Amino acid sequence: MEKIKNLADLRKMKDNLQNKIDLREKSDSPEAIVQIKVGMATSGIASGAKEVMNYMIEELDKRNIKGLVLQVGDMGYCYAEPTIEVTRPGESPVVFGYVDIAKANEIIEKYIKNGELLDGILPANYESIK
Amino acid sequence: MASYKMHLLVCGGTGCKSSDSMLIVDKLNEELKSHNLVDEAKVVMTGCFGFCEQGPIIKVIPDNTFYTKVKPEDAKEIIEEHVIKGRSVKRLLYVDPKEHARVSDSKHMGFYKKQIRIALRNCGFLDPENIEESIAREAYGALGKVLSEYTPQQTIDKIKKSGLRGRGGGGFPTGLKWELAAKSVAEQKYVICNADEGDPGAFMDRSVLEGDPHSVLEAMAICGYSIGASKGLIYIRAEYPLAIKRLKIAIAQAMEYGLLGKDIMGTGFDFEIELRYGAGAFVCGEETALIHSMEGERGEPTFKPPFPAVSGYLKKPSNVNNVETFACVPVIILKGEEWFSSIGTEKSKGTKVFALAGKINNVGLIEVPMGITLREIIYEIGGGIKNGKKFKAVQTGGPSGGCLTEKHLETPIDYDNLIAAGSMMGSGGMIVMDEDDCMVQIAKFFLEFTVEESCGKCSPCRIGNKRLHEILTKITEGKGTMEDLELLKSLSNVIKDTALCGLGQTSPNPVLSTLNNFWDEYLEHVVEGKCRAGQCTALKKYIIDPEKCIGCTACARACPVNAIEGDKKMPHEIKQELCIKCGSCYEKCKFNAISIK
Ligand SMILES: Cc1cc2nc3c(=O)[nH]c(=O)nc-3n(C[C@H](O)[C@H](O)[C@H](O)COP(=O)(O)O)c2cc1C
Ligand code: SF4
Ligand code: SF4
Repeated sequence: MEKIKNLADLRKMKDNLQNKIDLREKSDSPEAIVQIKVGMATSGIASGAKEVMNYMIEELDKRNIKGLVLQVGDMGYCYAEPTIEVTRPGESPVVFGYVDIAKANEIIEKYIKNGELLDGILPANYESIK
Repeated sequence: MASYKMHLLVCGGTGCKSSDSMLIVDKLNEELKSHNLVDEAKVVMTGCFGFCEQGPIIKVIPDNTFYTKVKPEDAKEIIEEHVIKGRSVKRLLYVDPKEHARVSDSKHMGFYKKQIRIALRNCGFLDPENIEESIAREAYGALGKVLSEYTPQQTIDKIKKSGLRGRGGGGFPTGLKWELAAKSVAEQKYVICNADEGDPGAFMDRSVLEGDPHSVLEAMAICGYSIGASKGLIYIRAEYPLAIKRLKIAIAQAMEYGLLGKDIMGTGFDFEIELRYGAGAFVCGEETALIHSMEGERGEPTFKPPFPAVSGYLKKPSNVNNVETFACVPVIILKGEEWFSSIGTEKSKGTKVFALAGKINNVGLIEVPMGITLREIIYEIGGGIKNGKKFKAVQTGGPSGGCLTEKHLETPIDYDNLIAAGSMMGSGGMIVMDEDDCMVQIAKFFLEFTVEESCGKCSPCRIGNKRLHEILTKITEGKGTMEDLELLKSLSNVIKDTALCGLGQTSPNPVLSTLNNFWDEYLEHVVEGKCRAGQCTALKKYIIDPEKCIGCTACARACPVNAIEGDKKMPHEIKQELCIKCGSCYEKCKFNAISIK
C-alpha cells in the first residue's frame, strides 16, 4: 500500500471509496432524496420489474441524481405491473404503472428531475407500502 | 467493483458477537452464494447498534428493515424472502412495547427517533476492521484539515468554542484542558485515552472502540498536534478483547496508509499510538491512578495538583481524555464548532451516550442531545417501564452518582442539572428502578461496589465506606435505629470531604441521594420494620390466614425449619421467631392462605 501523501490524496481516495458506503449514507436520511420503490412480487418480476429496478439504479447514478431505489413486495397493482412509486423530497408519493425502460427514462427526465407530471399515474387510493 | 443493491449489516459488537453473529454472517454469505446473489447484496459486520438486548441484529440497507434476535437458521429466509422477493420477514421485526405491533424499519422505532448520533455516528454503520469504509466516511479528513490548515492554537480554539466537555465523568472543558497541556513546556508530551470504563453497566466506550476505532485514533492525533505530543497511549482494560483486537487492526491499517506514524500526510507531523492494558480496577480509571498503573506502579491515585497536564505519564505533560470525548472531536472539526454548540443546553453542548438498563423495555446504548428530559428517555426511547410497573427512580453516574425521581422527570439532563439534583453525569450509566426496588438495598448495592473497589490508600474511603455498608446492612435486616440514620448522614459527609480521590469523594452519593429522596422508605425500615418493595427478606413476614387455611399440612411439610404448627384439618400458624423467610410455604399453599406482610 502506498502511503497517503497529502490531504488532496486522502480526499481523492475518499471519493473513490464513496460507493462502498453510499447506499448506507443515503438510507440514513432517505427523506432528503428522491425515493423509488419498485414492486417486486412474483407478478412484478415476471413483467420485468427487475430490469426496471436495475435500470433505475444505474441511470440515477449515471445522471448524477441522488436517489434511493428500494425493492418492495406486492404493491397491490397486479394489473399494472411493473409499478413504481416515486417520492420526491417533501412531496407525496406518486405511483406509475406499466413501467418499461422507456417509461422509466421519461420518469427520470421529467418527473424526478423537474417534477413534471406525466401519463401513467395510478390513482392514489391505495394502501401505502410502508 | 460490483455495485451492490443491498447491504446486510450484522452487529458484531461484544453483546451480539457472544450470541452468534459470526455464524449468521457465514450463513448469509452461504445463502447469497447458493442463490447467485454475491454481486447483488453484501454482508457487512459492523459495530453495535445499541439495541443489545434484542440482538443479534441485522439491518437491511436500503430499506432500514431492522431484524432482532436473529438466529443463524434465519439466514435462509432472510435471503429468500427479503433479498429475492423484497418482502420483510415479519416474525423477526421488532415489536413495539407500547403498541404491541411490529415495526417495519429503524426509522419508525421509538428507540431511535429522539437520538442524535455523534460519538456513535459510525457504530452499526461501518465495518470497523476495514479502514477504507472509514475513509469513505471522512475518517482522517479532520486530521488532514487540522494539519494543513490550522495552527495548534486555532485547533484548540475550535474545540474550546464548540463547548465540548469531558465525557469521562467530570465534565471538564476539553479545549481548556488541551490548552493547559499545550502551555506546558517539555520535549516529550503524551496524549492518553482513558478506556478503562469501570462504571458497572456502562459500555459506551467499548462500543465506540469496537465500532469506530479510527475516530478515536484520529482525535488522539489531532490532540497530539494541538498540544505538541508525538505519542499517544490508550489505557484499556484487558477484559475488552474485541475492542483491543479492533484497535490493533485499526492502528496497523492507519500506519500502513500513512495516517499515523511518521510525517503524516506529508505535513511533517509524527504521531504514534500504543496500547496499555489495565486489570480492570475501578480506581484505575481515575487519571492519576491510571498514569501510575501505566508506569508499572500500583494503581493508586495521588493528590492533584500537579495535574497531568503539568506532570503526567513519566512526569511529562499529559492530556487525558475519555474515549467518547475523543470520538466527538473529528466531527467538530469537520462540521464546525458552531454546529456542535447548537446542540445541547447553555453549558452542556452536544450529545451524551447513556447505557440504559434496569427495569425498562428498551435496554441498550442511546445517544441523546444534552437537555433531553428524563421522561423522553424513559418513556419514548426506553419504551416505558417493564411489565407496566410504576417508575420509581433512575440512578445516573453509577456508584458515584445518585438517583433521580418522579419529580425530576421534566428536568433537562445536563452536567449542571444533574449535580443540582444531587446526582452526576458520570460516564453515562442509567439504571431504571421500579416500585419493586428497595432504595436502601440500592444504596447498599453501590456501596458494596465501592468497598470492593477502594484502593485502601486513605482511611475515610477504606474504613468509612465499610461502616456505611454495615449500617445499611443493619437497616435492611430490620435492626436499624434512628441514630443509625443520623450516622449515615454525618459519616457520608465526612467521607465526601476528606477522601483523597474522586472514588471516595463520591462514594457516599448513592446513600445521601436515597436519604434525600426516599427518607420515608428509610423510616419505614427503621420504625415500622417494613420494606414496601418486599426486597428486605428479614423484614418480610409470612402469615397464614386462619379463615382460608383448611389445614392440608402442605406448608408444614415444606418448611425446612419446622416453623409451622397446627393439627390436620385445623388452621396452621407460623412461629415467627423460627421462620427464616424462605418462602417455601407460600409457594406450596394451594389455597392462597399465606400472605407476605
Ligand atoms: C474513581 C474514578 C474512576 C474513573 N473512571 C474513569 C473511567 O473509567 N473512564 C474515564 O474516561 N474517566 C474516568 N474517571 C475520570 C478521569 O479521572 C478523568 O477525569 C477523565 O478520564 C478525563 O477525561 P475527560 O475530560 O475526557 O472526561 C474516573 C474518575 C474517578 C475518580
Ligand atoms: S478515596 Fe478510596 S480509592 Fe481514592 S485514594 Fe482513598 S482509598 Fe483509594
Ligand atoms: S417462610 Fe419458610 S421458614 Fe418461614 S414458615 Fe414458611 S416455609 Fe417455614
